[in-house]
Amino acid sequence: MKHHLLSSSDLSRDDALLILDTAAELRSVVDRPIKKLPTLRGRTVVNLFFEDSTRTRISFEAAAKRLSADVINFSAKGSSVSKGESLKDTALTLEAMGADAVVIRHGSSGAPHRLATSGWVRSSVVNAGDGTHEHPTQALLDAFTMRRHLGDLEGRRVTIVGDVLHSRVARSNALLLSTLGAEVTLVAPPTLLPVGISAWPVETSYDLDKALEKTDVVMMLRVQNERMNASFFPSAREYSRRYGLDDRRFARLPDHAIVMHPGPMNRGMEISANVADSARSVIVEQVTNGVAVRMAVLYLLMSGSDEGSTTEQELSV
Amino acid sequence: MTSYLLRGVSVMGAAPSDLLLHEGRIAEAADAPSHVVTVDVAGLVALPGLVDLHTHLREPGREDAETVDTGSRAAAMGGFTAVHAMANTDPVADTAGVVEQVWHLGQAAGYCDVRPVGAVTVGLRGQQLAELGAMADSDARVRVFSDDGICVSDAVLMRRALEYVKAFDGVIAQHSQEPRLTEGAQMNEGTMSGILGMRGWPAVAEEAIIARDCLLAGHVGSRLHICHVSTAGSVELVRWAKSKGWNVTAEVTPHHLLLTDELAATYDPIYKVNPPLRTADDVEALRAGLADGTIDCVATDHAPHPTEDKECEWGAAAMGMLGLETALSVVQHTMVETGLLDWAGVADRMSVRPARIGRVDSHGRPLQLGAPAHVTLVDTSTSRVVDRLQTESLSRNTPFDGMELPGSVVATFLAGRPTVLDGKLQ
Repeated sequence: MKHHLLSSSDLSRDDALLILDTAAELRSVVDRPIKKLPTLRGRTVVNLFFEDSTRTRISFEAAAKRLSADVINFSAKGSSVSKGESLKDTALTLEAMGADAVVIRHGSSGAPHRLATSGWVRSSVVNAGDGTHEHPTQALLDAFTMRRHLGDLEGRRVTIVGDVLHSRVARSNALLLSTLGAEVTLVAPPTLLPVGISAWPVETSYDLDKALEKTDVVMMLRVQNERMNASFFPSAREYSRRYGLDDRRFARLPDHAIVMHPGPMNRGMEISANVADSARSVIVEQVTNGVAVRMAVLYLLMSGSDEGSTTEQELSV
Repeated sequence: MTSYLLRGVSVMGAAPSDLLLHEGRIAEAADAPSHVVTVDVAGLVALPGLVDLHTHLREPGREDAETVDTGSRAAAMGGFTAVHAMANTDPVADTAGVVEQVWHLGQAAGYCDVRPVGAVTVGLRGQQLAELGAMADSDARVRVFSDDGICVSDAVLMRRALEYVKAFDGVIAQHSQEPRLTEGAQMNEGTMSGILGMRGWPAVAEEAIIARDCLLAGHVGSRLHICHVSTAGSVELVRWAKSKGWNVTAEVTPHHLLLTDELAATYDPIYKVNPPLRTADDVEALRAGLADGTIDCVATDHAPHPTEDKECEWGAAAMGMLGLETALSVVQHTMVETGLLDWAGVADRMSVRPARIGRVDSHGRPLQLGAPAHVTLVDTSTSRVVDRLQTESLSRNTPFDGMELPGSVVATFLAGRPTVLDGKLQ
């Protein structure tokens, strides 16, 4: 595996499977009364969050702590770090403090890439969501969740619905799921599909009903409030009618199909409350799996430089 | 004043001859005075001094990025003898006072003729015409007007500006960018922007304004110059406008002749520029347009930025790249070595036509007896690896760092006086 996790495209099929299999082993720790392994004792993980994201930050924090790493949370929101100069200075500060891994969430696409390739830090960089680019650990936890319910993803049909244009979740999932052999269909109004999407390894559709007929997974994306007033679609109600997973559409899903959402949800907008709370919704489980997947990512990135024998040993959970 | 006899020089690629620079003009070699300095320049190509229609010298206001002095040093090193200083300074060059200040600073520096560009609208705000006539009548004798960096998007204001400058033979140099289509835009809209998750700057935002402005220029019978054409569609539109007989000219930057939007995958904002780097198909169309004369000239859009404005994440970075010291090498690489232009063609696109568009009378003249001795000597046989630290500019934001490019400017003469000799600034 590479030294950093910046994009789902960094992962070969073998890399992805290694992370997912490792996460499966680590997930058992999550279900134990004492949820802790000594694996990363003495190592430091910095959560560098330039954007608010309580869910993702807590998930990474829990993952690092369960591996016994020291965690420093750096929330840049509200301080005067909107200028890029500060990204560099912040990075140099973290480096000086001896960070072994930096988990970064940033509003600017490519900021984690910049951090990893600029020479400002030597530590591993994990992209925890950058602008409208990618969110690879979200894709990993989604794939992990799908595998728990559906087994091998080869040939499985996954339908991702919503604001693909601005969604880092959709980008990362499209790449990772394709790597894992799944057939991905992105469904959105034409205004919310990026130009050039024909080059992606996915199918696209404007018609949700048609796409749902044979799907194994349906993943609903959050529609951000700021899209409402920018003419991407005429109104929230029309969006909901055409692209929402309501009770009627839910009833027509194949029986084994699962429903996913990266959260936070707009109930009544892209997903109805009944669907969100149904037995086939795995939305809460996604959160649990997120911790296990992030443990696997931190473990594999941070122990990569150690000798193989000790890591093997430490991983025997 | 020292006279120089350039022995064995190849004027615009022609057979070797001798060129005498005497009393600021090109004179008969046989009439060389006894104290003449003879320079053996066998094998070098002589071009009329290069003229840049599009340079950001940043003074007044951003003297941390560039000054008129440092920018004109860089210009001389690049073989330029005249540059047009864009108006987006602070304060904006929208009054006779500011353009005269810039003009005087250029005279004081003495490395090239600095021709200030006047703003079209007050403060570049796109609401009210600046005093174009006052700038035209000032010591700076402004003929090129531009809100470069910002598009004159209001159709009525653009029409009025085009009409108004006819009174003093001015030209409106438009930065063609439909503002609503490019809000928050970071890079060319296409396959790469979709993959990289960056807000796209679609070709149509440039082309829609070019189409409109060509129609306006045709309608009012005025002169339109289109800054930094960057798309294949724009080349087609300019070709169409010229076929109508309208007085439309266009420029292309060296970076748009060479670099593509795939470089954005590095997320290194050294490649962030406005208009953005486009696709390989666009690059090909731009080269073809420059070769057939649809695009009149190469203009650098030399845009210095201090380190901290580029040493950051893409979204926060400033747009623009250096160009003066690499322009001729990029043109040799993309146009001469590909067989698209010969050296006479380079002289036409980098000196003759830009001088004519800017109404810089003493520049862009054939290297013939009696012409002002603005001469650039190029060693076309060498190559070099561009080093961002080796520059006369105050800034270091060249996208060509580490690239091997052909050719080097050996000497630049401004009215017979060397500003660069033996590749060194004088």
